[in-house]
Amino acid sequence: MAETAKKSLSGRAAVLEAMPEHPAVKAVLAWNPEALADAKFDRDELTLTIVAGQIRDAAVTVQAAGYNFFEDVTAVDWFPSSPRFQLSYHIVSHTYKERIRLRVMVDGDAPAVESITSVWPAANFYEREVFDLFGIRFEGHPNLKRIMMPDDWAGHPLRKDYPVEGYR
Amino acid sequence: MTDTIGTPILEAPAAKGARDQHMVLNMGPQHPSMHGVLRLVVEIDGEIVVRLYPEIGYLHTGIEKTCEAKFYQQVIPLTDRIDYLSPMANNLCYCLAVEKLLGLEIPEKAQWLRVLLAELTRLNSHLIWLGTHAMDIGALTVFLYTFREREEILRIFEGLSGQRMMTSYIRIGGLAMEPPLDFFDRVQKFIRSFPEKIDEYSNLLTGNPIFRNRLKGVGILTAADAVALGVTGPNMRGSGVDFDLRRDMPYSGYEKFQFKVPVASDGDCWARYEIRLIEMRESVGIIQQALDGMPEGPIKADAPKIVLPDREKMKTQMEALIHHFKIVTEGFAVPAGEVYQGIESPRGQMGYYVVSDGTAKPYRVHMRNPSFTTLQALETMCKGRMLADVVAVVGSIDIVLGEIDR
Repeated sequence: MAETAKKSLSGRAAVLEAMPEHPAVKAVLAWNPEALADAKFDRDELTLTIVAGQIRDAAVTVQAAGYNFFEDVTAVDWFPSSPRFQLSYHIVSHTYKERIRLRVMVDGDAPAVESITSVWPAANFYEREVFDLFGIRFEGHPNLKRIMMPDDWAGHPLRKDYPVEGYR
Repeated sequence: MTDTIGTPILEAPAAKGARDQHMVLNMGPQHPSMHGVLRLVVEIDGEIVVRLYPEIGYLHTGIEKTCEAKFYQQVIPLTDRIDYLSPMANNLCYCLAVEKLLGLEIPEKAQWLRVLLAELTRLNSHLIWLGTHAMDIGALTVFLYTFREREEILRIFEGLSGQRMMTSYIRIGGLAMEPPLDFFDRVQKFIRSFPEKIDEYSNLLTGNPIFRNRLKGVGILTAADAVALGVTGPNMRGSGVDFDLRRDMPYSGYEKFQFKVPVASDGDCWARYEIRLIEMRESVGIIQQALDGMPEGPIKADAPKIVLPDREKMKTQMEALIHHFKIVTEGFAVPAGEVYQGIESPRGQMGYYVVSDGTAKPYRVHMRNPSFTTLQALETMCKGRMLADVVAVVGSIDIVLGEIDR
């Protein structure tokens, strides 16, 4: 991959053409080509956009493909565009010594995705954090409660329509 | 492996039959062994921990939100305050992420100095860990010894950046300024004597039967659990997982340095203690290599629209003055995109996820902090052990609450 690494590829077709042998790309295609909505290779980082609702199975797939270490999940609020939220999962492979990003776009009203805590228990605190600060629900999470803010807090601070300073 | 469901324990379940009732104990947030404001809700059966639930957020200051309202260069002082024991690691990680977005090449001397400073920071952080960990166990003397050496590191930092703790020395595009003339001599003098200081700590602790008994076989974390629960850094390597970002996914020129990555298989507190001691020795080796091979050249990238000009140039050249004014008042636009930069901080894998929308302020900055994830493994490590072992385990995993709550 190192040779192709310098140039950036955008779009599903370009990535599939340039790096069909990439273990994560291969595994996702073998599992369900329909689930791969988009792909991007930019600044040495591979991003695979997964169809909402398939993230748990996608996590199982990349885990089996050697991406064994869950590092991080967080969200980005693209308010006011739609779909509003982007979830970025960062997963590291101890074998390939490489990191990939799985991306899921989630709609703005009543945002919810499947929890991946059953695949990686490490996602527990991170999903709680995203729930607390963005208000995205994780279905199947064992303990979806606020983690940073007090339990009786109203609103989700990291949303773009939440002010940085001033009174609530 | 125990579950990490962690239902909050508000009251202990009623006793069944002839058994005694369990008790719920709050440790923290104000407790001397909780390393800040960590609150642990522990359900105990006599002295045995049945369940443990970390309650965090007491130090949450919304740094991620604040970042979105600042220019890229104004975020650096905020990163210092996330983990106040290893500010340089946070500076470095953030700057690497933004430089990746900008596609900026960093001069070699700046890279080497960054490695040197990252390793000095690691020594600084490990010294505090060792002192406080030993103090939790009851070996108070070591604390005084480690703080003696830490003081020297802080003095070096002060000479370098004018600040002892919140250094903000690593900047986007290089470093804040040239290191002072006596910097390299001071570092050399410090690391020449440092290995014998490590021997000194080791003499006080390694053979100490009380310290040994408190750590050996306590807080065991298996390799599979460590990976599943996202534990990184010395804690993960203490469990036998051989992975270090400095060696396996090198950044900032780490591929040019030779060092060993210590791995132990026991996964107990003792393994974590030994790993960190060896890591300190390896860090001394890296600093020595950095001093020996320090290249000549500039310490800032040649990008006048991004990097602040030298003071001298600013006073004599019109161009430089204009650039300075523009950067300070308007910031600099960063091409749209998203990057994730991971580094090996003293506590494990740290990562900054920076999203840009093409303006001068970051659209989103997220920090992946090693302590936050390590805390999830606490229940697994403490379950079925004595309550007193919780103190030993919390000390051995080396957490910083500023980093957890952000």
